[in-house]
Amino acid sequence: MSKINLLKPDKQNLSTYLYSGSFLFFIAIFDVFLSSFFGINITSFLPNSISFLLPLILGIVGLHLIRIEFSGIKNLDLLNKNINTSTFNAVLTLLIIFTVIKSIPPIMSWFIIDANIAGDTKEACTGSGACWTYIKIWLNRFIYGMYPNELQWRINISFILLIALAFVGLIPSEKIKKFLTLYYVVIYPIIAFILIYYLISGGSLGLEWVETGAWGGLSLTFIVSFFCLIFCFPVGMFLALGRRSELPTLRYISVGFIEFWRGVPLITVLFMSSVMFPMFLPEDFFMDKLVRVIIAISLFEAAYVAEVIRGGLQALPRGQYDAAKSLGMGYWKMHIFVILPQALKLVIPGIANTFLALVKDTPLIFVVGLLEIVGMLNLAKTNPKWLGFAMEGYVFAAIIFWIICYAMSRYSYNLELKYKTER
Amino acid sequence: MSDKIIEMKNVNKWFGDFQVLKDVNLEVNQKQKIVVCGPSGSGKSTLIRCINRLEEHQKGTIIVDGNELTEDTKNIEKIRAEVGMVFQQFNLFPHLSILDNCTLAPIWVKKMPKKQAEEMATKQLEKVQIVDQAKKFPGQLSGGQQQRAAIARALCMEPKIMLFDEPTSALDPEMIKEVLDAMVNLAKGGMTMIVVTHEMGFAKEVADEVIFMDEGMIVERAATKEFFANPKSDRTKLFLSQIL
Ligand SMILES: Nc1ncnc2c1ncn2[C@@H]1O[C@H](COP(=O)(O)OP(=O)(O)O)[C@@H](O)[C@H]1O
Ligand SMILES: [Mg+2]
Repeated sequence: MSKINLLKPDKQNLSTYLYSGSFLFFIAIFDVFLSSFFGINITSFLPNSISFLLPLILGIVGLHLIRIEFSGIKNLDLLNKNINTSTFNAVLTLLIIFTVIKSIPPIMSWFIIDANIAGDTKEACTGSGACWTYIKIWLNRFIYGMYPNELQWRINISFILLIALAFVGLIPSEKIKKFLTLYYVVIYPIIAFILIYYLISGGSLGLEWVETGAWGGLSLTFIVSFFCLIFCFPVGMFLALGRRSELPTLRYISVGFIEFWRGVPLITVLFMSSVMFPMFLPEDFFMDKLVRVIIAISLFEAAYVAEVIRGGLQALPRGQYDAAKSLGMGYWKMHIFVILPQALKLVIPGIANTFLALVKDTPLIFVVGLLEIVGMLNLAKTNPKWLGFAMEGYVFAAIIFWIICYAMSRYSYNLELKYKTER
Repeated sequence: MSDKIIEMKNVNKWFGDFQVLKDVNLEVNQKQKIVVCGPSGSGKSTLIRCINRLEEHQKGTIIVDGNELTEDTKNIEKIRAEVGMVFQQFNLFPHLSILDNCTLAPIWVKKMPKKQAEEMATKQLEKVQIVDQAKKFPGQLSGGQQQRAAIARALCMEPKIMLFDEPTSALDPEMIKEVLDAMVNLAKGGMTMIVVTHEMGFAKEVADEVIFMDEGMIVERAATKEFFANPKSDRTKLFLSQIL
């Protein structure tokens, strides 16, 4: 056995270094763990500051001892190569581990251990954690807004039907596959509109009319997002093509449109749609507030979509245009079959980005008095019977939005994989 | 005497201030095979791109199969459908399989029924010997295979004229022959061809006439044997001495 040099761990005494290093490292973690989860300080006999810093010091020494180059142990080498390359990295690693350990108990106790969900008044919330009773009692409003309770089945049926119809693309029949694009781009939105117009809005077919002002909550978030996504995409695509057109008038109109909508904040656009827009319309002409808002957001987002798609169009080599033209394809055939399929594939991440931003912008429709989920939360938190639960509301909204956005982002990754072709 | 299928008279073209084509006159008869050579930047690509109006000329007249190409040619797509083109960079559509590359234009431009278009594509792919690759995507093929697929794609439109713009310049040496073979076969089948290339072996084998271009002008045009045996201008001699 060769001499042990503590400053320079080497391979000769591998196991000695490994055992003592790991031991110190785990003592450090254990100490933080105990103090975080059980409030026990095993080093309380030491002066305060030393007791506080001890886990870090032990951890640094421990990680130093196991920093052995080419140990031959695969996992150890991996560890040393990635998170234990130097003392500085060791400190960062330790601090991150400690922060995670330290933050688990308070988060757990707020969310679960000290939280309340039983009862149905504010008084039921006695714990120091979250008051999920509040969310539970208001959940119906958060989802359906002011839509009358006894009519909510109409929203449920519409949404279930729409979700079911969205899966038509999975039917593995060649005959249907041919019409999928047409279905998703034209037929599906029309079905959605019909469902929403006749079933959710009502007013005919013996169904009671529910004005859009009463719609709200998560269902409104979905309705607004859905139609804005569907409308802004084709408009954006035509703007992108217009901006690259050889006809000067078309080009200038597209540029002007894009630059106008990109230059104004969404909140002012929404405000104008409800206050200024009706002034330009004939007196007896009525356009629903919700429709105006959807048009406003769609045009606003279309300007962004247009620029994203233009990026994709510019990324295509000129040879693709040459080849399509040389085969006798005109402008539309060339774009539909050759240019757009490639350009759109390239911009899936950018489009997904824009769409996520759109969904997260929908709460702004409160400026025209439409209350989707965040609007309903803001309303509920000012209810005198339920004052003081803003935090629960926002955490709830954050979780809902995160789920929606994460689902969308996974979907876009899948699309990317599906349409990936070798170049 | 077979009739003229391409007629260019005093064609001039500028890119901004830079004159690329200077008073170019060119007549091509049906079934003629013409090889165009000349130093890089001399306007060879521009010349043949003018024939299917991928580039617009500013002065002079170009008549292709009886139709004059002008700004208000309404049926430019129809003329382009009769003129096949093969590019240096292949320019296959990477998002479509080789078969779909070949059937796309016949189906949508010529309104051919899908089944018939696929039969045609199979036939043309057989001719260039890559019918076994039909289901693959362009990115999965070698350069030589891609260029042969591009030739098949152009032939599926049953063009009257084929234009080739340095079809072998982007290929590794070992793949040049397979592409040239496909072109030789096409020539033997009686196609009217204009080929921009520096493959002088190919020129000697199939070309009726060779054109030498320099600085936007046709410097010399002669029957193939004559062109190689007896070049008249000094520039042609210099060029030939450099590449042969
Ligand atoms: N789109 C263009 N814009 C401006 N100049 C061009 C363009 N295309 C070609 N040129 C110029 O025209 C000249 C002739 O080009 P080209 O016809 O491609 O020559 P070649 O094919 O003989 O090498 C070159 O000097 C080239 O730089
Ligand atoms: Mg060239």
